Amino acid sequence: MIAVIDYGAGNVASVANALTELQQEFKITSNEAEICIAQKIIFPGVGEASFAIRQLHMLNLFTVLRIVKKPILGICLGMQMMADFSKEGNVTCLGIFPVTAEKFDESKTKVPHMGWNDINIIKETKLFSGIKNGERFYFANSYYLPECPYTTSISNNVINFSASIEKDNYYGVQFHPEKSGDAGLKILKNFIDL
Amino acid sequence: MLCKRIIPCLDIKDGRVVKGINFINLIDAGSPVELASHYSKEGADELVFLDITASIEKRKTLVSLVNDIAKEIRIPFTVGGGISELNDIEALLKAGADKVSLNSSIVKNPGLISDAARQFGSQAIVAAIDIKFNGLEYKVYIKGGKEETPLSGLDWCKQAADLGAGEILLTSMDRDGTKEGYDNKFLKILTKSVTIPIIASGGAGKKEDFLDAFKIADVDACLAASLFHFNILPILELKNYLSKNNIEVRI
Repeated sequence: MIAVIDYGAGNVASVANALTELQQEFKITSNEAEICIAQKIIFPGVGEASFAIRQLHMLNLFTVLRIVKKPILGICLGMQMMADFSKEGNVTCLGIFPVTAEKFDESKTKVPHMGWNDINIIKETKLFSGIKNGERFYFANSYYLPECPYTTSISNNVINFSASIEKDNYYGVQFHPEKSGDAGLKILKNFIDL
Repeated sequence: MLCKRIIPCLDIKDGRVVKGINFINLIDAGSPVELASHYSKEGADELVFLDITASIEKRKTLVSLVNDIAKEIRIPFTVGGGISELNDIEALLKAGADKVSLNSSIVKNPGLISDAARQFGSQAIVAAIDIKFNGLEYKVYIKGGKEETPLSGLDWCKQAADLGAGEILLTSMDRDGTKEGYDNKFLKILTKSVTIPIIASGGAGKKEDFLDAFKIADVDACLAASLFHFNILPILELKNYLSKNNIEVRI
């Protein structure tokens, strides 16, 4: 069973629909105990970082998400919340990855970064098994995580940024696999099969 | 590199897709869920659904339609038409829509843009702006193009962007349904005036119109309806043409 975390700031319906299509059992939850008994966790996210972090604190999920040892996949804002800090609302995040979420420079590019962009896979990962380098995924983000030693793929929007990131049991994708057609479903399937 | 997007638009009335010219003379163009699935397979980058139903039951039926669409397709979609409250936006996003487009309601209450952007993120809020040239200037129209407002097209676009809209869906009422091409003159000024993505709408009649909007006006996405509904221009054919002309598209 996969726990899909519902903290009032994520588009859980789309993730749920994708998991249903993959015939994967899941539970939409904000309950700490249910998250603890799940085999895997999906941590979706759209919206604003400081609001989302506040929700995690209010639901008493902040600590459990910092210490879990099972595979957890952060999507979009879910991935950014795995950073040390986000400049979106200047908020301290989960501190899994030693980076800060930055805003794209509006004087150089359109913000939000919205639409289909290609990824350049720079580190082998099971998450991208069967995914061709240069595959395109759907993004919708105004903030990004810069490249760091844990970056597994990069995309470019005037500057390079982390399209995906990975450390131990923590996985993050900046794009929306649940909205990225067959390639996106493949990534969710890879996560299920970890 | 970020791709330019091709977005079929589906006008929904009483649960069916309809198409008219200049917002009138509506004819039936099919089932929304079936068409959505068809476009998704054909290579559409996103879909836009605009509900033009005018009834009290509207909200409930729209949420259930969004539910059905979200179950069927794995690409992003926007839903709009008569949305005026944060509760409605929340219900539609929860049902699986990625974005909502707001039109008349934000003209009457511009604060709705900032409130919605704060709660759901700018990426979920599309300002849909209908403009018409009156011989002297571009004016903003609301209520499906039926009512003129005192707002200037460009000023309102800038204000919507400043308030936190994540995108502007700009429809030229002069061009809508004419197949004479997008209003690149206005769009070019607009893309230079704001830093959020711009979706061009109204006037697409052939492949070249899309290329012109991307090349001349530098828009981020092009929206069209009848061209796709009646299969006059298959999306793949359009994308191959754009790709050959050095426009980055997802094929």
